[in-house]
Amino acid sequence: MGKTLPEKVWDRHLVHSTEGEPELLYIDLHLVHEVTSPQAFDGLRLSGRGVRRPDLTIATEDHNVPTENINRPIADPISAKQIDTLRINTAEFGITNFPMGDPNQGIVHVIGPEQGRTMPGMTIVCGDSHTATHGAFGSIAFGIGTSEVEHVLATQTLPQSRPKWMSVTVDGDLQPGVTAKDVILAILGEIGTSGGIGHIIEYRGSAIQSLSMEGRMTVCNMSIEAGAKAGLIAPDQTTFDYLEGRAQAPQGANWDAAVADWRTLYTDDDAEWDKEVVLNAAQIAPHVSWGTNPGQVASIDTPIPSPSDFDSETAQETVQRALDYMGLEAGQSMRDVSVDTVFIGSCTNSRIEDLRAAATVMEGHQVTVPRVMIVPGSHKVKDQAIEEGLDKIFTAAGADWREPGCSMCLAMNPDKLAPKERAASTSNRNFEGRQGPGGRTHLVSPAVAAATAVKGTFCTPGDLEATS
Amino acid sequence: MKAVEVITGTGVPLKRSDVDTDQIIPAVWLKQVERTGFEIGLFSAWRDQQDFVLNDERYVGANILVAGPAFGVGSSREHAVWAIQQYGFDAVIAPSFSDIFRNNCTKNGLVPVVVPEVVVEAIWAAIEDNPQTSIVVDMRQRKIEVPAANIDERFPMDDATQHRFLNGLDDIALTMTHVDEITSFETNRPAWMR
Ligand code: SF4
Repeated sequence: MGKTLPEKVWDRHLVHSTEGEPELLYIDLHLVHEVTSPQAFDGLRLSGRGVRRPDLTIATEDHNVPTENINRPIADPISAKQIDTLRINTAEFGITNFPMGDPNQGIVHVIGPEQGRTMPGMTIVCGDSHTATHGAFGSIAFGIGTSEVEHVLATQTLPQSRPKWMSVTVDGDLQPGVTAKDVILAILGEIGTSGGIGHIIEYRGSAIQSLSMEGRMTVCNMSIEAGAKAGLIAPDQTTFDYLEGRAQAPQGANWDAAVADWRTLYTDDDAEWDKEVVLNAAQIAPHVSWGTNPGQVASIDTPIPSPSDFDSETAQETVQRALDYMGLEAGQSMRDVSVDTVFIGSCTNSRIEDLRAAATVMEGHQVTVPRVMIVPGSHKVKDQAIEEGLDKIFTAAGADWREPGCSMCLAMNPDKLAPKERAASTSNRNFEGRQGPGGRTHLVSPAVAAATAVKGTFCTPGDLEATS
Repeated sequence: MKAVEVITGTGVPLKRSDVDTDQIIPAVWLKQVERTGFEIGLFSAWRDQQDFVLNDERYVGANILVAGPAFGVGSSREHAVWAIQQYGFDAVIAPSFSDIFRNNCTKNGLVPVVVPEVVVEAIWAAIEDNPQTSIVVDMRQRKIEVPAANIDERFPMDDATQHRFLNGLDDIALTMTHVDEITSFETNRPAWMR
């Protein structure tokens, strides 16, 4: 019997396996940031251990860096301390760090691919649950906790139970105006927050293959929101074209050898899946989340559901609590809901194509939403956007153009929502308080976020054209 | 890590599903660089509400959290496990857990107990009826007992994880028993991966 793609990649990394025990996997790339690493380095010191492969370990400062006035000292003493601690730790253990302001700095899941470090067939880990982003290249990439960070630092391996293999196929052509973000939100609406638990998902089908690398990253990024361990997409010419010539990608003969190997990374025709889901691309519309978990999402034209639409009592209570928290009524149309803040950024949607999509919508308009923040994913993205004049479009429209970082995705830096403040956000989590205590988050694509910024209520770019 | 054989105690009914790690420990509590003191952040947003179950005096001192399905979804923060432990819990019983959370539990000695939803509901009923209801989590036999509710239920856990709990073993030391295999794997990695 053949193998699935995730199974092939998994099996290539087996260092040791014993029946009935977790398998020991080799890790090709370990990404480190300031929030989940200090206790791991502390643990190494306490036990007198070193870092086995500093050359396969890369650090950056992203989670709580401020996105304005980055030349001044950081106002929050604890953020400053975490950043200092990362600098001390990486220096002590010989790990490359890209500090705030460095031309290579950015959100950890944005800089790995843009530097060409993320490659097909790899295993990649990071103490951040959106590590699955790197799966867009056909690698197994997953988030780990701080003890596991310590484990990988010390051994470059990780004991892991063998997951199950799940396929999510999206076939057909996407409608104009429907983006990668809408695809993954539609998948989440279909399978829910636990649909992927215990599985690695391979996203397949013609609609997935037609996505750019950045779109594929957006899809894989939110695999964790379905509860999956990871999500990946088979590498193809689009992948190779994206990687060729990047600073850390293989060169010359190594490049040819690598591509030859990458061409073997696909699911065999006779492989078996533990779980299969199929969606029709033509039926996917722009999506907006209405609740407090990413599975509570629907197309912009679907009325907000009522608790009575659900069977179990627990589900009914969960929906009612979500509506109460979000300040929404069952049956309401998302198009009638107005927002206070628009956030375009995060490792889900802060790459150049996302900014281009937002700029295309905003160009020639004025935003009417009180606060509109555009936070590029990295310095490289920022520089590219400036080169293309996107920053001018944003500022001319009245939006706020910031320095790179995670920013309002998790509100560990000064960018936060106030209680009951409502945001259209291109990030990945709409949990209670995720963007600030009491804040209300609606997950959307950059195009919907930009159109909403102009109109003031949830809408798609098509609605702006119709009225202007 | 402390060895765990049998946990005996009482439970708190956390009757919610999809409890995410942002609720278990909101991000504002993550900014420290030390490994202790996270108990004050546990469910801090929910604890501000008077009727939240951890504010119910009848459950003070309970050491087993009994929650709804998909417990620990969301961010990978291990601080969620530390917060639960440092608050005084030794085990969490739920119909399902997120993978990352469950992994983080086993690495820190917090026992994740998976039992069917009907069993969780029966435990909720028993501990709401009598908060002093005794719950036993037996790691040797991988089962839980709630005699008052006639529950005697096995829970799944692989042998290696059980072994680790019973002996309080550190993961890194276990892995380094395979250091020769790691080294030989490294010599065979393709040149383009360096
Ligand atoms: S942008 Fe958000 S989800 Fe992405 S790495 Fe940063 S905090 Fe995590």
